Amino acid sequence: MTAVVSDRQALAYIGGQATDARVNVEIQTDDGMYLNIGPQHPATHGTLRIIARLDGEQVISADPVPGYMHRGYEKLTEVRTYPQVTTLVNRIDWLGSFANEVPFILAAEQLMGVEAPPRAQMIRTILFELSRIANIILFLGDMGVQLGAVTPVFYAFRDREHVLNQIESATGGRFHPNYDRIGGLKDDLPKGWLAETAATMVKVQGFCDELDDLLVGNPIFTQRCRGVGIIPTDVAMAYGLSGANLRASGVDWDLRRDAESPLMWNKADWKVITHPDGDSFARYWVRLQEVRESAKIVEQLCGQVPAGPIMAKVPRIIKVPEGEAYVGTENPLG
Amino acid sequence: MTDTAVVPDAPIDAPIDAARQAMLEEFTAALGDGFVASHITPGKDLMVRVTNQSWAEAGRVARDVLGCTFFSFLAGLDWMPSPYGKGEDDPTAEPVARDLTIKQGYTGGDTRMQVFARVVNPETKMALTLKVDVADDDPRVGSWVNVYAGANWHERECWEMYGIVFDGHGDLRKLYLPGDFEGFPLRKDFPLVARIVKPWPGIVDVEPMPGGGNDEEESE
Repeated sequence: MTAVVSDRQALAYIGGQATDARVNVEIQTDDGMYLNIGPQHPATHGTLRIIARLDGEQVISADPVPGYMHRGYEKLTEVRTYPQVTTLVNRIDWLGSFANEVPFILAAEQLMGVEAPPRAQMIRTILFELSRIANIILFLGDMGVQLGAVTPVFYAFRDREHVLNQIESATGGRFHPNYDRIGGLKDDLPKGWLAETAATMVKVQGFCDELDDLLVGNPIFTQRCRGVGIIPTDVAMAYGLSGANLRASGVDWDLRRDAESPLMWNKADWKVITHPDGDSFARYWVRLQEVRESAKIVEQLCGQVPAGPIMAKVPRIIKVPEGEAYVGTENPLG
Repeated sequence: MTDTAVVPDAPIDAPIDAARQAMLEEFTAALGDGFVASHITPGKDLMVRVTNQSWAEAGRVARDVLGCTFFSFLAGLDWMPSPYGKGEDDPTAEPVARDLTIKQGYTGGDTRMQVFARVVNPETKMALTLKVDVADDDPRVGSWVNVYAGANWHERECWEMYGIVFDGHGDLRKLYLPGDFEGFPLRKDFPLVARIVKPWPGIVDVEPMPGGGNDEEESE
C-alpha cells in the first residue's frame, strides 16, 4: 500500500486484517511501517495486541488493544458476597496474588469497622512481600528473555519456586492463596515456617546477585535498555504511573512508607529505591533493588511476629455495610 | 504548595483534619460557583462534588492550584441498586420486588450516575477525590484529557462501560470491549446473563452451621 493514508485508516485496515489472530500484518506507508503484534505472539504474556508504527527499529507510536484479558470483575462482584470476592481479586495479577487480596480485605474491614489482630497484620505483611519477591523475580527473568538473554528466565523460575514453596506451605496455594479473611487470616502459620522463610530470604539475596550478573553483565542487555523508553517525571505523573515505574522516573513515593496502613512495614528498616533516568534500565534496576529490600523486610519481620489470635471477632456470616472506602497499597508490578 | 502538610503525623481518629480542611478551602476559593458539597474522612480522604459545567475546570484547579499533579484514576458510578439482586433467586418462584431507591454516597448527588476521579499531590501525599453528577437521560461531562493525559483511557473505559460521554475527548473508542458490543455492561440494569441463564446453585446448598441457625451470633 503506497497511497497516503491517515493513521486512523491504516490502523483500521490492519485491525481488520488481523482480527482472526492468525496473521501478523505489516504495511509500509510514507511515514513508517505499521506492524500488528498479537493478540497471540511469542513475546506476549497473556493476550495483548499492539499496533505499532515503526521507523527502522524505533517505535514511533503504538496503539495497544488490551481488552482480550478483560474479565469484568466489577460485574462479577455484583452477584457475589464479600467473602466470595477474595478468590476473584487474587486472580487480577496472578503472579502477585496475595498482594491483591490485601487491599480488598482492608477496604472491607474499614467499612465494617473491624481491625485484624497484630499477628494477622504481621503475617499479611510478610506474605505481601513474599508475593512481591516471587512476582518481580519472574518479571526480571522474563525481561531478559525479551531482550535476547535466555538463561535468566530459567534461573528466575528456579529461584521463584523457593519463595512459592513458602507461600504454599503457609496458605496451601502456590498461586492463589485465598488466605486473607475479613478480620484476619484463614489459618495460623505451620511450625518452623518463620525460620525457614528467613533462611529463604538469605538465598533470595544470592539469587539477586546471580540475576544481576547475568543481565547487567551482558552488554547486549544494557545496550537494549539504557536510554530506551524514557518516561519523564511529569509524563509519569499525568499518566498515573505508579509503584516501581514511578520511582524509576525519579519520584520518591512508596505507599508502604507514605500511606497510613494497618500493615507493618514500619516495623522493619528498609529503603525506598529511586532512579533518576526513567528508562527501561532504571525500571529494571529499581525492581531488582526492591526485591533485595523486600527480602530484608521479610527477614526482619519474621523475627518480630507477635503471638496472639489470627482472627478478630467477626460474625460468622459477614455482612459488610454499604459505603465507600479507599485503600491504596504498593502492588508488586506498580 | 501548602506549608500545612502535617498529614503523616495526624492520628486516624482526629476529629478535625486541619490539612485537608485547608486544602478544601483553597479549592473552593479557586473554583467559586462550581462547588456543591464536600466530605472529609479525617486522616484519609477529601471528597468534593462539583457541578457538571465546572468539571473540567475543577481538574485544572486541582492540578494547578492544589498541586495535585498525580492522576490516580477516573471512573463511573451507578448508584441504582441492581434490579437483578445478587442473582440468587429461585427462577421458578414469584419474582421478588426490590427496593430500587437510589441512594448516593458521600457528598450526595441528584442523579443516578456520577463520575469520580482521584488525584494526588505528590509533595504532601494528600489526595482529592472529585465527583460530579451526570444527567440521567443524557449522561455527559467535560473531558479531562487536556488536564491529565492519563484520563484518556479511563474516560474511554467509562464511556464504554457506563455510556457517559466526555465532551472534548475526541477519541472515544472502545477500549476493552469488542467494537460491535451493544449496551453498557457496568450499568446496574445490564443483566449478567450467565447468572440469569443458570442461577447460582450455592445458596440452596448451604448447610446450616453446627449448633444452630443464628446468623448474627458472634464466633467463639
